[in-house]
Amino acid sequence: MAPIVDTSSAPSWKRTDASRWIDNGFVWLTAAFAIAVAILLIAIALQVGGQAMPAIRAFGLGFLVNSRWDPVANIYGAWPQVYGTIVTALIALVIAMPVGVGIALFLSEDFLPDKIKQPIVFLIELLAAIPSVIYGIWGIFVFIPFIRPLGNWLHQNFGWIPLFSTPPAGPGVYVAGIILAVMILPIIAAISRDALVAVPSELRQAAYGLGATRWETIFKVILPAASSGILGGAMLGLGRAMGETMAVTMVIGNSNAASPSILAQGSTVASLLANQFAEAGGLQVSSLMYAALVLFLLTLIVNIIAQYIVSRIRLKY
Amino acid sequence: MVGNDLAANSFSGRTLNKKPTSPRTLFSSIMSGVAMFCAVLALIPLFAVLYYVMVQGFSYLNLDLFLKLPPPPLVKGGGFGNAFIGTLITVGLASLISIPFGVMAAIYLAEFARDTKLAYWINFFTNVLSGVPSIVIGVFAYALVVIRTGTFSAVAGGVALAVLMLPTIVRTATEALEAVPRDFRQAAIGLGATRIQTTLGIVLPAAVPAILTGVMLAIARAAGETAPILFTALFNQFWNRPIWQGGLWEPTATMSMLVYNFSVVPYKNQQQLAWAGALVLVALVLVTSIAARFLTRRRR
Repeated sequence: MAPIVDTSSAPSWKRTDASRWIDNGFVWLTAAFAIAVAILLIAIALQVGGQAMPAIRAFGLGFLVNSRWDPVANIYGAWPQVYGTIVTALIALVIAMPVGVGIALFLSEDFLPDKIKQPIVFLIELLAAIPSVIYGIWGIFVFIPFIRPLGNWLHQNFGWIPLFSTPPAGPGVYVAGIILAVMILPIIAAISRDALVAVPSELRQAAYGLGATRWETIFKVILPAASSGILGGAMLGLGRAMGETMAVTMVIGNSNAASPSILAQGSTVASLLANQFAEAGGLQVSSLMYAALVLFLLTLIVNIIAQYIVSRIRLKY
Repeated sequence: MVGNDLAANSFSGRTLNKKPTSPRTLFSSIMSGVAMFCAVLALIPLFAVLYYVMVQGFSYLNLDLFLKLPPPPLVKGGGFGNAFIGTLITVGLASLISIPFGVMAAIYLAEFARDTKLAYWINFFTNVLSGVPSIVIGVFAYALVVIRTGTFSAVAGGVALAVLMLPTIVRTATEALEAVPRDFRQAAIGLGATRIQTTLGIVLPAAVPAILTGVMLAIARAAGETAPILFTALFNQFWNRPIWQGGLWEPTATMSMLVYNFSVVPYKNQQQLAWAGALVLVALVLVTSIAARFLTRRRR
């Protein structure tokens, strides 16, 4: 009997070597790109670290505690900037945390019908889309004149507290802190909201069933259950606040001293880089690279912790 | 005894009805008010910023802005034509680098390495990369491009913005590819398509609209970024030379830098230009992000 299908002339279903080779090559190529994304992070550290080497050798860790930044004498220390970075970020966090969690609660625990809720969520997301430099120009011309009376009042009435011990001069650490709070609010609100929405509704219903009021439920059941996610959001906000550059540079006053008063002018690592980098040379560039490396490592630690916490929100329930 | 009454009400509450005056319910109502106040409080700066940018910017808006060079101090007129073009060029260069890069990486994460340990770690690194301060990325691009080429340039700015855009593009493209139904792939493979044909011919086209949304968001963010531009593209008071004469390799003005530079000077005319620039920049960024979100919402 002759075969029904003449296999000798039909196209082979087997792949040619070339086709298989190209196919595997494609997979490897995409893998290379994907791995390169991860390597980019290491490349940033190496590149910036390498350029910072001369300054690291010259100043060592003393760079972080020394407060003299003197391009003429070629002596550099970044304590005022490190201090300013931490202080402004903390002010931002202290303001943005309660407000952000408040919004997140307001937008997750059905206070509002969806039709009103969605536009508000969207509007708050828009806050994050406004470029930093726009907050800066708004800060210079609108917010500083607006907040100045408050600064004066604080200094006049509470000047005996070191926190308010200097007369405000327009730009200042507190202005930068408040504007940073506005800028990190959306991220804290968004992540907190994710965490709150992830709390199983059984917990809520059980609490209501026991006769708890809405806010007893929120404080005793929902917030504790969502606390790790909220903490993750706060950490992400903190990282964002520490690295934020333009708005801070434009409203902080860029003074080179660390003052205990938040009404004083100050600077951050980011604003130091923004102000000096383009015109620097020699050891100054290297010192700025060193400062950038410090900022990179600080935000890296905060971000890694934040990512770790946030990535566990979904695993938990 | 009012105090006793209140205590009795809240303590021996054997009724299922909540009294609106009991301390527990009062506290709850007050806290609801506080939460609402938080939401309003957060929206005030948004409207304040938009309001002032519009009010200030609109009065200086005219066609010349897009055709002329920035004026010297105290001279009327002028515009930010060079900065507008410069923004298009730097963001364009950044897109040319980061879109193919990001989409290729996303293809690996979504198609070939889904749910593997490696994909988990690459995603983790991508998220951490998106948290790296933009000024540090500027320093990186300075070390990588400016030091090597010896000049501030549009290319250096493009590289910095590309690094900044990359995490957004990788993340959104990965999500877009993962959302493509499994049936598409099975059908393609069943017909004898190779992996490369399945991915580039079937899965990728299906995901293109969602990928575009992510790309638009990334571009909107990059257009407004200033910190990575400070010492990569720097600024330029004049027009760049044409690209074929090396215009990409010289300092380049961008809108965001123009707003920064001219808002910190004492000259009224340059400040006005900064406000007009701020308006154009905000419009550019907000329209893009609103459009991007609107597109995704309608498709769902």
